[in-house]
Amino acid sequence: MEQNDNSQKDILFSVRRENYAERVKRHTPPSALAPDCLKAFLIGGGISALGELLAFLYRSLSVREEQVYPLVTVTLIFLSALLTGIGVYDRIARHAGAGTLIPVTGFANAVVSPAIDTKSEGPIVGVGAKIFTVAGPVILYATLAGAIYGAIYFLIGIFA
Amino acid sequence: MFTKILYTFLIGGGICLIGQLLIDLTKLTPARILVGVVSLGVLLGALGLYEPLFDFCGAGVSVPLLGFGGNIAKGVREAVDEQGALGILTGPFTAAAAGCSAALIFGYLAALIFRGGRKTA
Repeated sequence: MEQNDNSQKDILFSVRRENYAERVKRHTPPSALAPDCLKAFLIGGGISALGELLAFLYRSLSVREEQVYPLVTVTLIFLSALLTGIGVYDRIARHAGAGTLIPVTGFANAVVSPAIDTKSEGPIVGVGAKIFTVAGPVILYATLAGAIYGAIYFLIGIFA
Repeated sequence: MFTKILYTFLIGGGICLIGQLLIDLTKLTPARILVGVVSLGVLLGALGLYEPLFDFCGAGVSVPLLGFGGNIAKGVREAVDEQGALGILTGPFTAAAAGCSAALIFGYLAALIFRGGRKTA
């Protein structure tokens, strides 16, 4: 036990002596910025193009224009939930990075994934609470930003 | 049709590329990036920049989470026009309703159907 304490102290001591930032740099794998960005571009662009393709499909089924893009969003969310459920979305996401995060499918993945993973913690404190792990912050700050804009817009309407 | 899909691909891809640069260069966590993109969407909508972009490339801006924010800005404006001050509160949620409900309901169903803890390889 005491020996363990000593060796931990040694490690702490050596870290403190060496410049910590340099040490981190030495242990960080070389970044793959260009391939990361290319993959994010191709996959993010592909998901967006799939959305536009769905929009053409819904228009050809004579869906009303103002409902076309909301339906596209809902369809993509459904597909993302399905692919997350069978474990495919996360496999793509490991390569695509922001390409699968920033599209609405990434939001859906961030909602569905914790819901599935916390199933064993029960329907209330598990799924019910954890489903909002990422959705919570997104909805909170989107609502906040929207309300701030709404307040400004309202005041401008009164005074201008 | 194909030119519009091409623009969609380029702009949707471009937005994700910028997001990837943010992840790689700033170590922002995914949740922070999503919050940032949605808020940026609200800002673009408030400044009147989102809708021209949306008319130009549709899903190219509506599929990236910018669209969520852009829609909220539009929804708030319409709600305030219709209901006055109450619209400040009803607008954001109404505009976000379809996307949020879809994600929550499909998420719940997925949790019922699929088994978790499959974080292998």
